[in-house]
Amino acid sequence: MNKILTAVLVAGLLAGCASNKPAGQGALADGNADSKTSASNGATTGAASADQLAADALAKKQAADAAAVAASRSVFFPFDVDALQDKDKAVVQANGEYLAAHKTAKARVEGNADERGSSEYNLALGQRRAENTKRGLVASGATAAQIETVSFGEEKPADAGHNEAAWAKNRRADIVAK
Amino acid sequence: MKWLLSVALLMCINLAQAALEIEISGAGENQIPVSIVPFDGDPTLSQNLVKVITDDLLRSGLFKVMDTVGREPHEPKQINFADWQGVDAISIGKVTQADGKIEVRFRLIDTLKKNEMLGQIISGPADQSRKVAHRIADIIFARLTGSAGVFSTRIAYINRQGQQNRLVVADSDGYGEQTIVSSNEPLMSPSWSPDGSRIAYVSFEQGRAMIFVQSLLTQNRRLIASFPGSNSAPAWSPDGQQLAVVLTHEGSSQIYLIRADGSNVRRITNSGVIDTEPCFSPDGRSIIFTSDRGGNPQIYRMQLDGSQVQRLTFEGRNNFSPRFSPDGKSFVFSQFNKGSFFIATQDFETAQLQQLTSGNWDKKPSFAPNGKLILFASEASGRGILASVSSDGRVKQKMFSQQGDIHEPMWSPYNQP
Repeated sequence: MNKILTAVLVAGLLAGCASNKPAGQGALADGNADSKTSASNGATTGAASADQLAADALAKKQAADAAAVAASRSVFFPFDVDALQDKDKAVVQANGEYLAAHKTAKARVEGNADERGSSEYNLALGQRRAENTKRGLVASGATAAQIETVSFGEEKPADAGHNEAAWAKNRRADIVAK
Repeated sequence: MKWLLSVALLMCINLAQAALEIEISGAGENQIPVSIVPFDGDPTLSQNLVKVITDDLLRSGLFKVMDTVGREPHEPKQINFADWQGVDAISIGKVTQADGKIEVRFRLIDTLKKNEMLGQIISGPADQSRKVAHRIADIIFARLTGSAGVFSTRIAYINRQGQQNRLVVADSDGYGEQTIVSSNEPLMSPSWSPDGSRIAYVSFEQGRAMIFVQSLLTQNRRLIASFPGSNSAPAWSPDGQQLAVVLTHEGSSQIYLIRADGSNVRRITNSGVIDTEPCFSPDGRSIIFTSDRGGNPQIYRMQLDGSQVQRLTFEGRNNFSPRFSPDGKSFVFSQFNKGSFFIATQDFETAQLQQLTSGNWDKKPSFAPNGKLILFASEASGRGILASVSSDGRVKQKMFSQQGDIHEPMWSPYNQP
């Protein structure tokens, strides 16, 4: 629970600064309240009040999960770096756990780079960012088969500006529901 | 009369379509002083031809084009050589048009030796007067410099306007754009086959980077690499049989060889880091490429089997996009240092680096097939433009397109389909 809250907090912070986030609002969590998950988790006791409590807790957890996933599915990288940053690990974990809990869900990780490099080098860099993000998702329980990676290099900047603020937004990997 | 009018209209349309403004700066050393005398015949047509020939010669950095100050001989016997002191050679002649064709009879006169260096007849369709002028410029260039001219060759580049991306082929001066592919998704890395008949490029039209090879003759195209992940950076071998490409399906971006029909894929690098932007040596035996195996992107060379890897660049923070010179003795690349990109060349033997542009946002250089000029992508007012620099760095040219954002240019080989 703590982890999720942290994820929500981090996600919220990131969502706040990353208003550039494109498309697919909450799409990863769209198949939410998966009935199978709630049945297995919920059926712990016969007491109605306990049932109710469990259901409430579950609903809260699901809401938090969905919020974490929906609020942020983007991770950001320093210049010419493709390793996942500590600050983004909670986001990756929340998304990875979501995928682990929803085995039929599929995601695409889209890697991007800022314009300071050649287009081809940036395509390669974006691919590595996507792959490393995928690795993080798998480490959090997702299966490799659930995740496809793609790089857009510097071709699809979230911010077309030619300054550090824009570049910081463009050095990014997005986790998108397929 | 009616016919003449339609020719005139056609020319007006051509002028209106002229999509570029050209700005030339710098002065070469030992430039050859020449004059291009207006041709006898239709004054507007003559003026257009003279303008194209003059711009071509100026852009090469090897000529000083002197004003004719009203002297207009059209035949050798009309030349008063005393008028042309300080000019090494003059071009004279006449242009005629009939049956939708123009014909230029021109002579190149050595004003020092007072003799005719060459006389030739160049003709072409009336709506392709620029091509006729480029051929004349090529002949003048070759006669006076001893190197083949490249003004009749073409260039390929990506032009973006909003959501639309176009792969374009144009004349060497950026005029006469022809769209080869148009897509709402990104296009990248056009690469000419050695015979100039095909272009390999990267298209995201299926959601991720895949490599296509397209014929310029038939427009038929073939998807040659669509492995999982990215498929990119196509570069032709000099014999046109295979390409070096970059694939990520086995991990990081690595260099592979693949036949032009997409068969026989062989991996040649095994670095586990980023290896990209391969370019074959003119003899086809080695490849130069960009790799971050040393911690940041630099230029390396290897044999075709991936052996004997050698780092070539040590200056500058990052170096990208290497391309061999046509004689194989040097390579051109884009260097990133102190926040800007500039174009530089480096000699293989001496490892001497020469910075050719002063640094702004200059990327993706490629040599003209005669090795005298380098085409690259630059930026002006936040927009991508084409630019060129003479290989000695002395003369620079910017070509401003009226529309669109231009990226990823590559100069064609001599051969044209």
